[in-house]
Amino acid sequence: MTGSLLFDAIVFLLGAIICVSIAKRLGLSSVLGYLIAGVLIGPYVLGFIGEEGEDILHFAEFGVVVMLFLIGLEIEPKNFWNMRKSIAGMGGLQVAGTMLLSYLFFILIDFDWKVALVISMAVALSSTAIAMQTIDEKGLMETTFGNSAFSILLFQDIIVIFMLGAIPLLSNTEVEAAADSHESTGNLLDGLPMGYQTLAIILSVVLIIGAGQYLIVPMLRRVAKTGVRELLFASALLIVFSISFLMEYVGLSPALGAFLGGVVLSSSEYKHELESNLEPFKNLLLGLFFIAVGASINFVVIAKIPLTIGGILLAIVLIKALILFITGKVFNLKLDQNLLLTFSLAQIGEFAFVLLSFAFQLNILDQEQMDIMLVITALTMSITPIISIINERFILPKIGTKESIKRPMDHIAKSQNVILVGFGHFGSTVGRFLRSHGIEATILDQDSNRVDVLRKMGFEVYYGDATRIDLLEAAGIAKAKILICAIDNPPITQEITKLVKEKYPHVELMIRAQNRNDAYELLNLGFENIYRESLDTSLALAKDVLSKLGFRKYTLIRQVQNFIKYDESSLRRLAMEPKGDDDYLFKVRKELEEQERLLEEDFKRGIVEYDIHWDSESIRKVLKNQQNNAKS
Amino acid sequence: MKKVLVLFAHPKFEKSRANTILVNYIRNKEGVTFHDLYEEYPDFHIDVSYEKKLLEEHDVIVWHHPMYWYSCPPLLKQWIDMVLEFNWAYGPKGKALTSKICLNAITTGGSKELYCSQGSNSYTITEFLRPFEQTANLCLMNYRQPFTVMGTYRLTDEQLSEYGSQYSSLIDSLQNEKTVLST
Repeated sequence: MTGSLLFDAIVFLLGAIICVSIAKRLGLSSVLGYLIAGVLIGPYVLGFIGEEGEDILHFAEFGVVVMLFLIGLEIEPKNFWNMRKSIAGMGGLQVAGTMLLSYLFFILIDFDWKVALVISMAVALSSTAIAMQTIDEKGLMETTFGNSAFSILLFQDIIVIFMLGAIPLLSNTEVEAAADSHESTGNLLDGLPMGYQTLAIILSVVLIIGAGQYLIVPMLRRVAKTGVRELLFASALLIVFSISFLMEYVGLSPALGAFLGGVVLSSSEYKHELESNLEPFKNLLLGLFFIAVGASINFVVIAKIPLTIGGILLAIVLIKALILFITGKVFNLKLDQNLLLTFSLAQIGEFAFVLLSFAFQLNILDQEQMDIMLVITALTMSITPIISIINERFILPKIGTKESIKRPMDHIAKSQNVILVGFGHFGSTVGRFLRSHGIEATILDQDSNRVDVLRKMGFEVYYGDATRIDLLEAAGIAKAKILICAIDNPPITQEITKLVKEKYPHVELMIRAQNRNDAYELLNLGFENIYRESLDTSLALAKDVLSKLGFRKYTLIRQVQNFIKYDESSLRRLAMEPKGDDDYLFKVRKELEEQERLLEEDFKRGIVEYDIHWDSESIRKVLKNQQNNAKS
Repeated sequence: MKKVLVLFAHPKFEKSRANTILVNYIRNKEGVTFHDLYEEYPDFHIDVSYEKKLLEEHDVIVWHHPMYWYSCPPLLKQWIDMVLEFNWAYGPKGKALTSKICLNAITTGGSKELYCSQGSNSYTITEFLRPFEQTANLCLMNYRQPFTVMGTYRLTDEQLSEYGSQYSSLIDSLQNEKTVLST
């Protein structure tokens, strides 16, 4: 039965659906759900999948490539350049430190130095798939921790190229024969001298950047014109495939190439189209990848030498965690952010599969060493999400709320009327104004550096994820009058507000909405106090433009107020109307249609002229008519 | 030469033919500060210390406004409420405005005939302006007869220009007046 493709697909999908939904219900990361699903359907528990697990693993690694492309899309070239120091600094320190310690460790337990070196290379790399998926899921990308983790992972993507280049040098066997047998490095440049190789690498990077500007964007423009939706998806895949192919051809990491491609396209108008197209595909591939990792855990090997494996596993996780912690310290991360970093990157990553099997083919590793290391890699991947959960549930809350406990009770009681979630540019303005009136809101924020500053200023701040009811409870939601939701992430806003409305209906919710569509959704969920961030400011600007063109300011102020009133009522009217199917892909187009409709309504209303107050001309006209009538 | 501060209050200046013509005659005169309150404070948020400084720098204060419902537009009332502070403009220590000349320059839609005991408005303009007169008195200012342009609904542009040059001459004569010690 296991041979049937359909049967395999059913097993995979069913396993994923059951395990991930259970994991999610328990509040765990989806990564853990997938891994457990993999273990369950793997050869050692239910036995639904066997040897083919490894092929699937290789195939699913492509999910990592797609993920890095998507991450690249989010990072504009300028920001990427700004990150160069943290990429080289944090990444360099982490890789060098981990390699050194683990090398010493493996020498100590009597491994040959070549073996120890190869293994320590593999150990130094962390799992982009697991770490980024988790960071993304929790919306932590914008925090110091998210940035640091990302910098380190990116550095690893770069350094892995050199590692793959270095491994053949350790081999005693003929390099050429080995290179032939290894498909992923069998590339065009092997025979060329070093200078040409570098040149080719630089050329291909330039090619990606140039193609992004002059080839891909015009292509997407043409494809978009056809209006055939699946063509956009096809184009998105074509872009990622081509970049990966090119990168492998010159011996670079496809993930790195995809990342670069993403960065190049991040400022194009198709950014969101590409994102929405690839997102589900990426998630599915990554899910498959995690399942394959779970399924590849070789329980026979574990059963044979449980102590050895346990010992090495423990040592590796400790070494990685220690070095990460030190890296975080050197780069001035706050304790809680540093702990997040420490535990989220403490696993061996998917690159290890590539490095190890490459070294195995070159006869540097023997079968036993290879098996042990593969098992340990898979185990570290499974274990770090669990450690992260322990960290978030039990360690971080203690650090995050430490200071508020020291404070006298009356202060806390006084400040618990208002809870402010999110203290970015929007929330901080709200908070400052409240504070200027002696109202000290209890603030929840995800960025601990911000949290630290606020603490120093005497604000009561809780660090953490406001979608967790226990954190809200710690912040005093039970006694709160008002909760202000000032975060810039609509799905999380909805999650928080729904949660509060359900559990604490007495709390009045004041909600920041990003735009009309966001506001529609919130209105339809039954929320009343919705503040569109794009409304007041843009009208203030428009008002000043008209003032500079000679319109009188007082009239403009009144008209702006009229406009807001009109727009709010039209918002509520339009929110009631059914929106048809909520097609993610065509959201942009929907917004355009909406805009068109509003403009049309404005047009029908005509230029605003209904403000007739203090207009002596109209009285004059009436009097004149009276006069004329009297005459005739 | 005395310095003149014209505090102009009109919520819809762009629609006022009469005031557009009048203001054109005086807004750029030498020694005259034309202060357009509705343009300066469209949100009614008056900068009190700036206004006090302006008052201190001038010798003649003109409240220039249309008559709405027998009074001034709300922003001028707001200005009076906010700026004429206790112990600055009035009160035991309030001497900042002492001896400054103060008057209203007003426009009314209705003609002069309506503003008398027999007319539909029952009272004269002087009587309607009592609150301003008394405000000036309390601030120890020297309150003068108002400059009035009445029946603007029926005035032609030429007639309004005539009023404009009268307004200008009035300001000329106020500027050149010798300081008379208050008795």
